[in-house]
Amino acid sequence: MTPVEFDYLRHFLKKKSGLALSADKQYLVESRLLPIARRVGAANLGALVARLREPNSEALAMQVVEAMTTNETFFFRDKIPFEHFRTTMMPALLASRAATKRIRIWCTSASSGQEPYSLAMILKDMGAATAGWRIDILATDLASGVIEKARRGSYSQFEVQRGLPIGLLIKHFTQVGDQWQIAPDIRAMVQYRPLNLLCDFANLGMFDVIFCRNVLIYFDEETKIGVLNRLAQVMAPDGFLALGAAETVVGLTRALKPIPDKRGLYAPDRSAESGVGMMRSGAAKLTLVAG
Amino acid sequence: MKTCLIVDDSSVIRKVARRILEGLSFTIVEAEDGQQALETCRSNMPDAVLLDWNMPVMDGHDFLKALRRLPGGDKPKVVFCTTENDVVHIARALHAGANEYIMKPFDKEIVEAKFQEVGLI
Repeated sequence: MTPVEFDYLRHFLKKKSGLALSADKQYLVESRLLPIARRVGAANLGALVARLREPNSEALAMQVVEAMTTNETFFFRDKIPFEHFRTTMMPALLASRAATKRIRIWCTSASSGQEPYSLAMILKDMGAATAGWRIDILATDLASGVIEKARRGSYSQFEVQRGLPIGLLIKHFTQVGDQWQIAPDIRAMVQYRPLNLLCDFANLGMFDVIFCRNVLIYFDEETKIGVLNRLAQVMAPDGFLALGAAETVVGLTRALKPIPDKRGLYAPDRSAESGVGMMRSGAAKLTLVAG
Repeated sequence: MKTCLIVDDSSVIRKVARRILEGLSFTIVEAEDGQQALETCRSNMPDAVLLDWNMPVMDGHDFLKALRRLPGGDKPKVVFCTTENDVVHIARALHAGANEYIMKPFDKEIVEAKFQEVGLI
């Protein structure tokens, strides 16, 4: 792959998925995309790039984008966000939504479903506390392949041993051959759909809880700011945002603020009424100064 | 430093488990069957037990039931580590007092996750 071809792929991936690849990631591109080149009969990555440049190459483009996504996930990953969900978010929402008995949750980067199903198991195990409530979990991901797997709710022995307590395994899963199938009632609690985080979220409605974990780390600052500001716009004023351990809103947007003593948990900041715009203009000023 | 008793009749499994658990800062004691393990626990109760099911002399399930009847036998966190990977065995293990359950084959990641789950790490 020539530097020009690598540069084309970097710009292509940034535009399509927000993925920011540094110049030293050529090995990663080669290892992920060479199997696709072979599959479509392209002699090498140069030929694959040439195909991508052709009109009507959207299907190939999607394959390339999906191949570059990282789908690492497991049940109750990092534990703390799920403890926050159980002990902070849900008690607050059960109190504040008592009149409507409706809560909407969004997992923005659900991968193969372990995160939304972990939330669904917590909700299920809350028992009477959520009886009579309508709690929707929307789970989205850029990669349609992992969404299909998530919809099936079928996991290998290795997958169910990563993060899932054994008590929850025998409570909420059935063994089917060498796979473990999640219970229909848990599966029915989650709705899946493909979604690109670069797109507008306005048609998704408002959410009380958003889990957007371990995805911003792959974006550059401009893309992070855009995603965070658009997430803030679809959050209820007293809603919650959970980010990954290596992610933050600090220094990126004033539309969201950290919740004290709750690591990784953020809330809309209504004290900065024009926070979104302020941050955008702030970014513009920085560009002008730098220029 | 916490101690972990590894109970397995396979020396290869004991060696692999020892390497993983020493990497997680455990002091390791080994036993080849449930009877040996029980004698070890009578003299020196460990913080954790990584326990195979099928072993000669005394199997893991009988060992666990006997362990839980010993003075101080409720203290160790017991993690089964076995090829018995069906719901019936898992339920029997939990009923006998197991804290977690690993289905072989296992790797460092799984052992670490399960030991974290029961608060050993």
